[in-house]
Amino acid sequence: MKLTGAEIIAEVLIEQGVDTLFGYPGGAVLNIYDALYRYQDRIRHIMTAHEQGASHAADGYARVTGKTGVVLSTSGPGATNLVTGIATAYMDSIPMVAITGNVGTDLIGKDSFQEVFITGITMPVTKHNFLVRNVEELADTLRNAFRIAQSGRKGPVLVDIPKNVTAAVCEFVPQKAVFPVYVTEIEEEEIRQVAELINEAERPVLYFGGGVTASGGGEALNELVQKADIPAAYTLMAAGVLDYQDPHNLGLLGMHGGLVSNLAVDQADLVLALGTRFDDRVASDTNKFARNGKVVHIDIDPSEVNKNVKVDYSLVGDVKDILASLLKYVKEQKHEKWMGWIEEKKKADYQPVDDDTVIRPHQLIQTLSKMAGPDAVYVTDVGQHQMWAAQYIRHVKPSSFLTSGGLGTMGYGYGAAIGATLGCEGKRRVIHITGDGSFHMNMNEACTAVSYGLPIITVIMNNQVLGMVRQWQTTFYEKRYSSTDPHRKTDFVKVAEGFGARGFHCETLAEFETAMEQALKESGPVWIECRIEKDEKVLPMIPAGASVDEIMLN
Amino acid sequence: MAREVLSILVDNHAGVLTRVASMFSRRGFNIDSLTVSATNDPKISRITAVVQADKDALEQIIKQTARLEETKEIFPLCQENSLLRELLLVKVEAPEEKRSAIREVAQIYKAKIIDLSVTSMVMELTGEPEKIDAFLRVLSPYRILEMCRTGITALERGVREA
Repeated sequence: MKLTGAEIIAEVLIEQGVDTLFGYPGGAVLNIYDALYRYQDRIRHIMTAHEQGASHAADGYARVTGKTGVVLSTSGPGATNLVTGIATAYMDSIPMVAITGNVGTDLIGKDSFQEVFITGITMPVTKHNFLVRNVEELADTLRNAFRIAQSGRKGPVLVDIPKNVTAAVCEFVPQKAVFPVYVTEIEEEEIRQVAELINEAERPVLYFGGGVTASGGGEALNELVQKADIPAAYTLMAAGVLDYQDPHNLGLLGMHGGLVSNLAVDQADLVLALGTRFDDRVASDTNKFARNGKVVHIDIDPSEVNKNVKVDYSLVGDVKDILASLLKYVKEQKHEKWMGWIEEKKKADYQPVDDDTVIRPHQLIQTLSKMAGPDAVYVTDVGQHQMWAAQYIRHVKPSSFLTSGGLGTMGYGYGAAIGATLGCEGKRRVIHITGDGSFHMNMNEACTAVSYGLPIITVIMNNQVLGMVRQWQTTFYEKRYSSTDPHRKTDFVKVAEGFGARGFHCETLAEFETAMEQALKESGPVWIECRIEKDEKVLPMIPAGASVDEIMLN
Repeated sequence: MAREVLSILVDNHAGVLTRVASMFSRRGFNIDSLTVSATNDPKISRITAVVQADKDALEQIIKQTARLEETKEIFPLCQENSLLRELLLVKVEAPEEKRSAIREVAQIYKAKIIDLSVTSMVMELTGEPEKIDAFLRVLSPYRILEMCRTGITALERGVREA
């Protein structure tokens, strides 16, 4: 059948199983939006307040569903506004297809109105990108984009489509979506060798990251942990893979991880790194990281092996497949002495003190987590609140803690919460935990949550300062608080109401409980502002570039 | 740090050199030279990159390049078993009294004189990069007005085992 480029885009999206996309219209994508008008019974388009919000929404949608998130924007500023969202997805290996309109091919390169070289701009933050110059190439290019986004180590792909290509007509032949199948090719002997290392280790530790979630290897990981009695620490990207109550769970690793997780990796005679990349927030001092043991790196991306930390063994492939193979050779055993040592160290770990007269961050997150229940999905912004959320939420399910780990994007949260809510189809409650700094960046997306009636609960941990930067200024810059105390007078309750949402203000934990109870009954967006002390710190802390030797517990 | 020569077979698409060069620059890889050329297959181009790298850096350069969607193949060229060539064009100040001396140097190195004016001379030399370095050293007493080197292009000897 003969279709226009714009119709081909809609057809390929449907063919690829896309029923929701996020975006914002504009001149260069008018034809695409005209087609979407006709396809609205099959494709739901969510219009955000800002293209950045749309890009984070596509990311949040992808993180909860495992599907490829799709975002659409116009040329020029529409396209550049996507860049932060694309870079966020790239750093956290989230599958995304970003479609941008561009000026007509005869206007490209002439500094035309709203023209920008978006394929050049996004080259370093996408797995790959395309500029489609002929309508005949459009369908296959889009199919290719979906394939690349989901294959191997996942990530974002951008497809830039000039306006005349969306208007041009050509023959369209429908195809069934082909989902890339990754085949792990590892010699059985290599698997056996690593299994032998596990069997022989006296003090083994697992250190796992987002690759475990991406491969769906959570169950296999749990099986390995139980069978071989191995304690395990996780990165920000893998909260919830292991139940918070599991005695093997050492909690978060790295800069704001616990004493016990960092010590365990330090003292281990074998560290198994699974689906993770030895980021500097985990392996700050790469020479001292896991210095007493052998390191085995298991990851799908060969370029990660020996990139940051030199390892003794590596297995390249899908983490889930490799875990399944390893389980055949790993012996059931008990590491009583080692687990006993860990129990001892857990007692020596940092313990925050409760105070019911104010709102202490750990108490707020613990209460919130208890009230939201095990089905909740948490989305954070970036800063102190993000670390407190990672530390104190009762994580029980994978893919339920959405956070910008690699890029550290303040302003990620609200857009991602919108995407997550739509991805969950109302079956799970989405809680957005933010700080006053992050929230001021992209609170505009409240209008989107109101328009679409999304029951997102936003908990604003308001310490009235940029807490994380301020904490560094306190610790490393002799309290010279340069530009971290903005003296904002924002009345969050009024702003919430101004958007058409509900707002609460709390000064104590009891007030928070009342507000949260109310919020859980609401069918639209709610903001709960919680005042916290500006001197609250995220602890423990290992300074940048240091090792567990220099961990700060107060 | 050693000089390593990498041969990279890539899709012959617009912008593919930019992708490779941009990734090298982003990751801080040291490039001495980068040349792109057509191959016998019109769909494939060959990039020859000369880099300064130790063993670990070389491993990263190879893996990161292999990761690019348009990279078909990348392999380091074993320098004993490869043919490395570079082309030099050099313009030297050559007033009449110096002309014959310069011509003598050119003859020894088998450089071709391809242009002559009243005061200058342009020479062309193809050869291994070391030979070109040596030629330029011998020319150094004369005033070089302009020069350009193409960077290394290279092939392995014999039939490459796939």
